[in-house]
Amino acid sequence: MASKADRQKTTGRTRHSDHESFLRYRGFLWLKIAFAASFLAILLYGFNHVEPRANGGSAYGYIMGTIGAGLILWLTLLGARKRTITPGRWSLKAWTSAHVYLGLALIVIATLHTGFQFGWNVHTLAYALMMFVIISGIFGITAYSLVPQELSANRGETTQVQMLDNLRMLDRQIHDAAQPLNHDEAEMVQYSLNDDPFAGGLIARLSGNYPKCGTKKALDLIRAAPGRESGYGNDALDQVETLLERKRSSLSRIRKHLRLKALLEVWLYIHVPLTFALIAALFVHIFAVFYYW
Amino acid sequence: MSEIFRIAIVGSGPAGLSAAAHAAKLGISHILLEKTDHLSDTIYKYQKGKHVMATPNQLILRADVDFDAGKRETILGIWDKQAAEQKVNVRLKSEVKAITGQKGDFTIALTDKTEIKAENVILAIGTQGNPNLVRCPGGDMDHVQYQLDDPGEYVDEHITVIGSGDAGIENALGLAADAAQGNVVTILNRGADFSKAKGANVKLLMAAADEGRVNVMTDTSPNRIERGFLVLDTRDGEAKIACDRIIARMGSAAPRKFIESCGIQFTSEDREAFPKLSPSFETTNAGIFVIGALAGYPLIKHCMNQGYDAVEFINGNVGLKPADEPILAAKFANLPIKKSVDEWLEFIRNNVLILSDLSPLQMREFMLDSEVRFYKTNDIVFEKNAPGSSLFGIAQGKVDIPLPDGRSTGIVIPGGSIFGEVGLVSGRRRGSTIRAIADTVVVEIPRNAILKLMGSVPAVKRAVTRISTERQLLQMFQSGITPSDLAEVLETAEIQSVRAGQAIFKQGDPGDDVFVIRSGSMVVEKTIGGKPVFLSYLPAGNYVGELELFDNGIRKQTVRAAVKSEVIKLNGQAFRRLLEKKPDFGTKARNAMGERIDLASYIEAKKDSFSSVVDMYSNVANFLVDNGVGEATDVLLIDENLCVGCDNCEKACADSHDGISRLDREAGRTFAHLHVPTSCRHCENPHCMADCPPTAIHRGQDGEVYIDETCIGCGNCQRNCPYGVIRMEKEPPKKPSLWTWFLFGKGPGPGEPSHDWAYKNAKGEKAKRAVKCDMCSGIEGGPSCVRACPTGAAIRVAPEEFLTVARLERGEA
Repeated sequence: MASKADRQKTTGRTRHSDHESFLRYRGFLWLKIAFAASFLAILLYGFNHVEPRANGGSAYGYIMGTIGAGLILWLTLLGARKRTITPGRWSLKAWTSAHVYLGLALIVIATLHTGFQFGWNVHTLAYALMMFVIISGIFGITAYSLVPQELSANRGETTQVQMLDNLRMLDRQIHDAAQPLNHDEAEMVQYSLNDDPFAGGLIARLSGNYPKCGTKKALDLIRAAPGRESGYGNDALDQVETLLERKRSSLSRIRKHLRLKALLEVWLYIHVPLTFALIAALFVHIFAVFYYW
Repeated sequence: MSEIFRIAIVGSGPAGLSAAAHAAKLGISHILLEKTDHLSDTIYKYQKGKHVMATPNQLILRADVDFDAGKRETILGIWDKQAAEQKVNVRLKSEVKAITGQKGDFTIALTDKTEIKAENVILAIGTQGNPNLVRCPGGDMDHVQYQLDDPGEYVDEHITVIGSGDAGIENALGLAADAAQGNVVTILNRGADFSKAKGANVKLLMAAADEGRVNVMTDTSPNRIERGFLVLDTRDGEAKIACDRIIARMGSAAPRKFIESCGIQFTSEDREAFPKLSPSFETTNAGIFVIGALAGYPLIKHCMNQGYDAVEFINGNVGLKPADEPILAAKFANLPIKKSVDEWLEFIRNNVLILSDLSPLQMREFMLDSEVRFYKTNDIVFEKNAPGSSLFGIAQGKVDIPLPDGRSTGIVIPGGSIFGEVGLVSGRRRGSTIRAIADTVVVEIPRNAILKLMGSVPAVKRAVTRISTERQLLQMFQSGITPSDLAEVLETAEIQSVRAGQAIFKQGDPGDDVFVIRSGSMVVEKTIGGKPVFLSYLPAGNYVGELELFDNGIRKQTVRAAVKSEVIKLNGQAFRRLLEKKPDFGTKARNAMGERIDLASYIEAKKDSFSSVVDMYSNVANFLVDNGVGEATDVLLIDENLCVGCDNCEKACADSHDGISRLDREAGRTFAHLHVPTSCRHCENPHCMADCPPTAIHRGQDGEVYIDETCIGCGNCQRNCPYGVIRMEKEPPKKPSLWTWFLFGKGPGPGEPSHDWAYKNAKGEKAKRAVKCDMCSGIEGGPSCVRACPTGAAIRVAPEEFLTVARLERGEA
């Protein structure tokens, strides 16, 4: 029904932003490359007979070791790529995609490099650190694929700043509504107002459970307060109770928001420092191998 | 006073002060009348410490008082000092009530009953000095103010804001913003709703009212003002509230009545019209000159130059060339034809038909924005699909539209006519290549300049509209159609404007008229199984409604405007005859229709198997159109199934642009996990461009709307943007390098630095400027937000590519 042939292009840009996730980038390109590399490594390992037994000092071992060490350093550079916004036709999505799949391929490459020789030494330490980094990375991928939907659904269209503003507004209203209360009742409300709603450390943040929540305590106390009459508007505590109830639901939303954000970030606090520990161990490993040749 | 001054200057702003200083220098007897007790009240009333800019940069300042960009205080200081040094005869607290008499013998009556005699009068009163006053008893008390310089300076006061416009609401919100100030803020509205103000401001006000920060009183007006109290007339009778300060923001009236009473005519009845002026700024009442903002020149440099010029003219120097003479001369210097500036202006005005009604002053002003270009035979003026929104007028020679192989399409645009108007109307790319076929002189007029011209000179508007309608049809249809073929269709052509959401026709209606989308965009819907399905999105430059020409004439689809649009309605039968007369065109149209019919029947056939998918798609498409994607040319979307909230897009944005992020990822609307963040949509007809005093906003090569360095920081664009994507920010200082941050913790790290850090490390004075997305224009690799997204959540799309049900067919949705 319309003149399609005469349509003008709006912009002259060529678009590089195809709508696909980092995991599916270019039809799983990097997954295929990682599989091919791992398969090749296994194949060569199978055909390569080293006497008395497979070890990192063989020609095959050196090749795998060099590739592995190079990969580790390159994978680390993702952190730099992410933060150095230089001009050019790079895409962080492509980098992440390669990072994930080549990082996983490292399991095969590094393991074959060891020749399955493990012991209580710096060499195995480097290997173990690497495996921990990879495991934390796998946790990260899982979180990245499961949590965003939940995060988006929970926040609706409110931003974190708006959520916190809303909380402050409720506190102000509770404070105002508590003015006519007597001393004992005001004391109950204070539990909520004086509470740091996000106290409880990492465990609370990650679990979303805040057993010492002052608002919950205030609400419980007010509900159990002596002399409450049934029906709304019968005593001064009613309005406070309603506001506290609103604060509690508002709190549960922010806490869920923070829990989900924490899940998306917490693994990085293991992944990144362990990477640096790994690189240190890796250098010691390489130095030791050549020094004590 | 018996002395007769040679020149009386009314208003001591930049224009008036410059005029007075020049008169003083020339030793002409003069008097500078100022209503208030200080010079230059408009600038005096700027917010404290405001950085005043000196644009346009290329204009040379010709005045006897100095002016350069700087702080308000510095500038006012210099002016006060120089006015005294140069012995300018200033008379403060002299409000002019009336001007009578004629050239050589004017009598200026002041409100203090003094009369001043002058041979000539220069009116430089601007447009700001005339706020509407509080008229109730007590309105003249000193705690009633018409200005709010710094909301932070008032603490623990009861403050009442009168006025339901944006200024009033913004003041009220500013005063109540910080609860620690302890102000009790009330805003009065004579009516029941805040219809004069912007939606966003009303929302903020209502939120503030709900939170108890601002007390909103509607249907209320002041009755009398007492010390410490304000008595109000409310719907339920009189009420008395505590009130230590009143801020009245009830708008300002144009001083038109006063100016007309001086015997001066305006160019039109339009509310924003300016007085009619000769090239020497003389009004229709000889001897009275109008300069500055009142003459339509709001920029300080213009004003000051005009003050100088007006005095020169009065002093008999009629041969004085305006200060812009060298700029204009430079524009003509490199052309192979040699003429003086005045000859050039006359040549262009006489030869380009749409300009023939312009006054010499208008010609000068519009030439300042425009360029004259010379092309030899076979030179290409612009290529098809090239960016550009300027309009060309042919002063000499002629051009044609070549085919890709160099042969001519036979479409020749003769001298005197215009071209390039499609980009002007729809803000999109060039529709065809233009080639000179003789030695050709063209004048290239930027979009803003021609829009301004069309707004002020109706003849220009008529001429441009008629030509552009014909051209738009020719360019859309092509297929060897000539203007004579179009004559019949054009005869019935009618331009209609369509409100957002309004249907130009509905499914089931009879009708066979064809509609060409001239500006804006349309949404095509079809009701399938009782539900409207979003079929496609059509930007300007397409036509709809021809499907019905070949069958029973019952509309098969509903077409409604996505945004405020303009369509050209063509008579269906005339259009059909055109299709039959031009078989090539007929075939092309039928093919396009075939595609449409196929798509519609595909959807119809599939509706049972994936009706939920189609529903979902329709809902998402409608959501996006409702959120301004309908007027976008390129928009950032975030797939919240993938977004991990790392904000690397914002950081990348800040790091590739002077440290300020132009997008707010978290804010904005979301539907079905598709999030439209607060980020520029590069609208087809940008709202931000509408009211930019230095015309610093342009559409660039890749279709991006950007703000150049001539921005004066006035904030108009920020207020005009309905999507809140423009920020007013100072450029933060340079950060230490990434490595020193990483290794030694120096500086704020990647992304936009905090205000505190920027403030602490600031070097020197920097002005706030408007900052918005420029689509990373000029940066290789394209938009940083998309490149820097680690998960692929951030995508940029053009709506016509994204909003089509055909994506379902291709399995992409």
